Amino acid sequence: MLPYVLLAPAVVMELLIHIIPMFVGIWMSFVRLTKFFLANWSEAPWAGLGNYRLAVDVNSSIGRGLLMSFGVTLAFSICALALSWGLGMAAAIALQQPFRGRGVVRTLFLVPYALPAYAGILTWNFMLQRDTGLVNHVLADNLHLITDRPFWLLGGNAFASIVTVAVWRLWPFAFLTIMAGLQSIPTELYEAASVDGANNWRQWRSITLPSLRPVNLVLVLVLFLWTFSDFNTPYVLFGTAQPPAGDLISFHIYNASFLTWNFGSGAAMSVLLLLFLLVVTAAYLLITNRRSRRA
Amino acid sequence: MRLRTFLAALTVPALALGAAACSSGTSTSGAGGAGTSGATPATLTYWASNQGTSLDNDKQVLTPVLDAFTKQTGVKVNLEVIGWNDLQTRIQTAIASGSGPDVLNIGNTWASSLQASGAFLPYDAAAMTAIGGKDKFVKAALDTGGMAGKDVTSVPLYGLAYGLYYNKAMFKAAGLNPPTTWEDMVTAAKKLTDPAKKQYGFALAAGSYTENVHFAFINGSQDGGSWFDTSGKPTFTSDENVKGVMRYLDLMQTDKVVNPSNAQYDNGTKAVNDFATNKVAMILNQNNADNSIVSNGMKTSDYGVVPFPSPTGGTKIATFIAGINLSIMKNTKNKDAALKFVNFMTSPATQKTLGKPFSSLPVLQGETPVFTDNAEEAKTFQDIYANMSKPLPLVAAEDQFESTVGKAMNSMFAKIATGGTISSEDVKSGLKDAQDQVSAATGS
Repeated sequence: MLPYVLLAPAVVMELLIHIIPMFVGIWMSFVRLTKFFLANWSEAPWAGLGNYRLAVDVNSSIGRGLLMSFGVTLAFSICALALSWGLGMAAAIALQQPFRGRGVVRTLFLVPYALPAYAGILTWNFMLQRDTGLVNHVLADNLHLITDRPFWLLGGNAFASIVTVAVWRLWPFAFLTIMAGLQSIPTELYEAASVDGANNWRQWRSITLPSLRPVNLVLVLVLFLWTFSDFNTPYVLFGTAQPPAGDLISFHIYNASFLTWNFGSGAAMSVLLLLFLLVVTAAYLLITNRRSRRA
Repeated sequence: MRLRTFLAALTVPALALGAAACSSGTSTSGAGGAGTSGATPATLTYWASNQGTSLDNDKQVLTPVLDAFTKQTGVKVNLEVIGWNDLQTRIQTAIASGSGPDVLNIGNTWASSLQASGAFLPYDAAAMTAIGGKDKFVKAALDTGGMAGKDVTSVPLYGLAYGLYYNKAMFKAAGLNPPTTWEDMVTAAKKLTDPAKKQYGFALAAGSYTENVHFAFINGSQDGGSWFDTSGKPTFTSDENVKGVMRYLDLMQTDKVVNPSNAQYDNGTKAVNDFATNKVAMILNQNNADNSIVSNGMKTSDYGVVPFPSPTGGTKIATFIAGINLSIMKNTKNKDAALKFVNFMTSPATQKTLGKPFSSLPVLQGETPVFTDNAEEAKTFQDIYANMSKPLPLVAAEDQFESTVGKAMNSMFAKIATGGTISSEDVKSGLKDAQDQVSAATGS
């Protein structure tokens, strides 16, 4: 009895916070939940697959918008993931050798992760303004690298901006995880490799990477899921004036439902996103598991 | 062991209670259904929109007024001031969850859309009497309260209208008169633009979807366009609308009298600041800009206001009937207190008190504006409000028109600012996308 009693709070909370809202969301995707039924949800008429048909019809502007947003998000996720992982790995290895002030540097590196997301992203928003932002001030007034001040939050540059901000927020997590993983690699391995004449690159490829494999497997998956469904970054960085190049899918769906009060259509898009992420996760785990069994 | 089981058994209900407390913590009021009997004084929750120079300023202005109401009636009012970027979402959430304020401010243009949700209390004959009768309001203002032929679900609180503000000193130095036609306005703006000195003829809130959609509507209407047909179907892509929108975009694109940076101005305040600090010669703003202008150090005699001009031969429309309305949530547990409160807020005394700090036009019959000490400006705004205005479409899809067309305008301005060009075809396809979204949501 006791184990069940102890488990019960977690189960209740899990149901309340995750499972039930998810099912409500799936139900919403099958009804025409517009403002006419907002005060009384249960009366919203059944829409069948209508919301889904609209979302995937690439000939209509709604379907086209969703597809473009999907493409942007995919590119964003891959860039943010690769850069965060690369930076995290480099920093973790650099800080592996003890030196004076290592603790301070480690703490500094973790600052973006410790800052409240809104405060950090809002600061980026100020820095990236065209006329009053720090970035253009440094580039144009201090370094004289450019004469024409670019917009960082409008047009094509918005993509570079949002990737930068996302990497800034995420790489400390990659750093932390990889750093923790590195601690478990026995130093004897490196010593033996040095005796055998392996250089640093060879050591990294043949010792560090394979030893970190379990860590990396999880890290890459988590980073991908986080970046692909990132809402805070575009919401705070762009506010109500989101550019097409920064139109990430979570934010796109939010706009699609809240701006037009079409919550059924927004829910259908969310379910499609959920399915996509499930498929990616399942495929990823299948492929990586098979490989590790072979190895 | 038994003790541990006992403790664990205690924990579960405690957690469940905690969860229940969390979920019910936001119900309409703390007084729990009082107000009908009068045994316990009722408490109202009031959501106010941002009318003053800042959210804090609103709080300072409203607190003594609300205290006076409490003194008069014994009803306590919990105030929350909500910024414009959040207000619509907050109202949606309140409607969907059934837990929100008792009384709230809405942009009057949303009145029909929110009425359609069925979440607001209709002011039927009895309710209307309780708040002082419909005849106390200016008719045009009350008409914005909901769809024609139905009991309104909102009543006017603050009246607003757009005007073209110009800097008198800059116009005088350039030997210019205030413009009366669109063409004059553009010529003057060109003369007053000197990018080298970082001076521009105009500042526009080109990154604000609410401001942008207002001018899509006004410019389209000047060219004779309408945005919905008589059956309530969207007609965004008509030639007149495209022409009007194009004319507005061209202020930045071909006339080059607007700093491209304005594409990032996501609220009206930024344009007002440029105007008050002499960086631009003209802005388009509602009369509540006065406070921000003056608080930035400009005197009321330093600027003039004329109606936003139409192109030669166009329809003389300079504004829509703008303003803030007051609504009561249908599920309020304090209906009587809420009606008393609406009556109090729309009483001549309160209107006089708030008219100055919030720079609003009177919504009551026979009242004179108190928002400015400049009699000429007051007269101009009253004339615009009474004679050169057109209400935004009083249809259920109005809010969707605002958000979709506004966002389309945002991205067109962004494209122009980043060096792209927008043709009439682009305008048309942008408006088409907006129209598709509205049609999908309303099923029309």
